[in-house]
Amino acid sequence: MKTIAAIEAFADRYDLAIVGAGPAGLAAASLAVAHGVDVVVLDENASPGGQIYRAVTSTPMTRREILGEDYWRGVELVQEFSGSASSYAPSTTVWNVARGLDGDSLGRDFEIGVSLRGKARLLRAKEVILATGAQERPFPIPGWTLPGVMTAGAAQIALKSSGLVPDGHLVLAGTGPLLYLVAAQLIEAGASIRALLDTTPRANWMSALTATPGFLASPYLAKGLALLRMVHRRLDVVGGITALRAEGQKRLNRVAFERAGRRTELDCDLLLLHQGIVPSINLSNAIGCAHDWDDVQLAFRPQVDAWFASTVQGVAIAGDSAGIAGGESAAARGRIAALGAAFRLERIGAGQRDRDAAPLRAELALLARGRRFLDVFHRPAKAFRVPSDDATLVCRCEEVSAKTIRETVMLGACGPNQMKAFTRCGMGPCQGRLCGLTVTEMITDARAVSPAEVGYYRLRPPVKPVTLAEIAALPQTADAEKAVAR
Amino acid sequence: MFRRLPEATGAPIPFTFDGREMVGRRGDTVAAALLAAGISVCRTMAVSGAPRGPYCMMGVCFDCLVTIDGAANRQGCLVLLVEGMRIKTQAGAPQAQAEEGAT
Ligand code: FES
Repeated sequence: MKTIAAIEAFADRYDLAIVGAGPAGLAAASLAVAHGVDVVVLDENASPGGQIYRAVTSTPMTRREILGEDYWRGVELVQEFSGSASSYAPSTTVWNVARGLDGDSLGRDFEIGVSLRGKARLLRAKEVILATGAQERPFPIPGWTLPGVMTAGAAQIALKSSGLVPDGHLVLAGTGPLLYLVAAQLIEAGASIRALLDTTPRANWMSALTATPGFLASPYLAKGLALLRMVHRRLDVVGGITALRAEGQKRLNRVAFERAGRRTELDCDLLLLHQGIVPSINLSNAIGCAHDWDDVQLAFRPQVDAWFASTVQGVAIAGDSAGIAGGESAAARGRIAALGAAFRLERIGAGQRDRDAAPLRAELALLARGRRFLDVFHRPAKAFRVPSDDATLVCRCEEVSAKTIRETVMLGACGPNQMKAFTRCGMGPCQGRLCGLTVTEMITDARAVSPAEVGYYRLRPPVKPVTLAEIAALPQTADAEKAVAR
Repeated sequence: MFRRLPEATGAPIPFTFDGREMVGRRGDTVAAALLAAGISVCRTMAVSGAPRGPYCMMGVCFDCLVTIDGAANRQGCLVLLVEGMRIKTQAGAPQAQAEEGAT
């Protein structure tokens, strides 16, 4: 592995650029390089592993049982990658990926806008694999913008990378496997949790069991049950929560919740929210890849073929960014995508590609068993996806309330892009990452149509803020100007 | 809000936040170092003036925006802490809008 520590150290051109150094990106890079592909991995984090294996080779955590064996599995992936001939650019932000047009000097190459330590540059690559992973689903409740309210994933990151555990009155709330995993890790690390407020709708049990009998044969079952038992034994789990509210003036000091029609309050310094993860699609959306609405996972995911190739030629999407399937599946998906890219780059033939992919496909099929149970069981309640309280902020960046969104639908904004134009929601620096799904579902709800019909924000580059100074300092070729000004 | 586990024994890294001297540890991002130092607010909003602090710790929410060594709009959760960094609360957003590229 060749680490790129300064913007000048990039080559002008690579065969394959991989965005993201989580399990999908690492596995894809190691395999592609082994087939003679010239690879660069571009990653926002300071060390490889993505979110699931965050800081796995640099974490200060020495007691292995705190983070659990599933976490340490990441060491192998990182070591394989470190031993490979791939180029690796940590702390690097990708703010644009654009395809050259026939006739311009790019040919059919992609042009990739990156920033590293405050300096920008445009790179070229013949193929791109997006392994941008997932983010936590928006959890718009009253008060969710108060300091002291964070996501469960955020607390897990602080634990993995810095050995930080919450202190003071701590409450966890929401649903999903990650919420229980974080609870278990924090308990092991010595945090005292006042309560876990479980918002899983009671009806989900029945629909999950009847919809997916296959779960009994699933590898998730034993693991999931052991986790649930541990958490239930060691802390106060309050189920059947129908409403949540974070309260406080300048910062959080109380969480209020409703259960069976009764309101209860708990003093609280830190509230960790979580209701599942959804694919990170900002980059694939901006590139113009087609996306579908997944009615079980309640999110948009890119259309991909059997090689995880998107609808834009030369762009593959692997890992959870192609639809949530978990960390182990992400590595297998990354390898399949790498085989596809190596074939298109003419490094391997179709025969070898298909042969090598067969065991990976078998692995994916095994891992997929029972996944649907998790999806159905942890499907978050509508009350926590479509806020009914008028004052709840839907867009955190531009501080746009649920009331404004609802009124604007009444005024005739029938899709997210009109909503953006009318209210500025989705126009702040997070570029809709924490309001996009909420806005789609609120419009869906008000207009009684399907989310597929309403659609999502049409995103434009740059997908991450890049300063004018950085853009001004770019080499000013005609192509470069076009990439930025599109 | 957070405390550090005894096994987290990375080298100490001094920095300042709004002029106050603080110490983080090697491997900390700016946002993690602030949380460990008991700081939960690192920016205020332009319209409402409301205080915000890190929410996602993974580059999604932008509520960890701070000014680092004079450069505004740095995502504290993505920037590794470096010895001697001068970190400041980021007030409001007008400056943010002027600095950021198109949205
Ligand atoms: S805390 Fe969310 S972007 Fe940094």
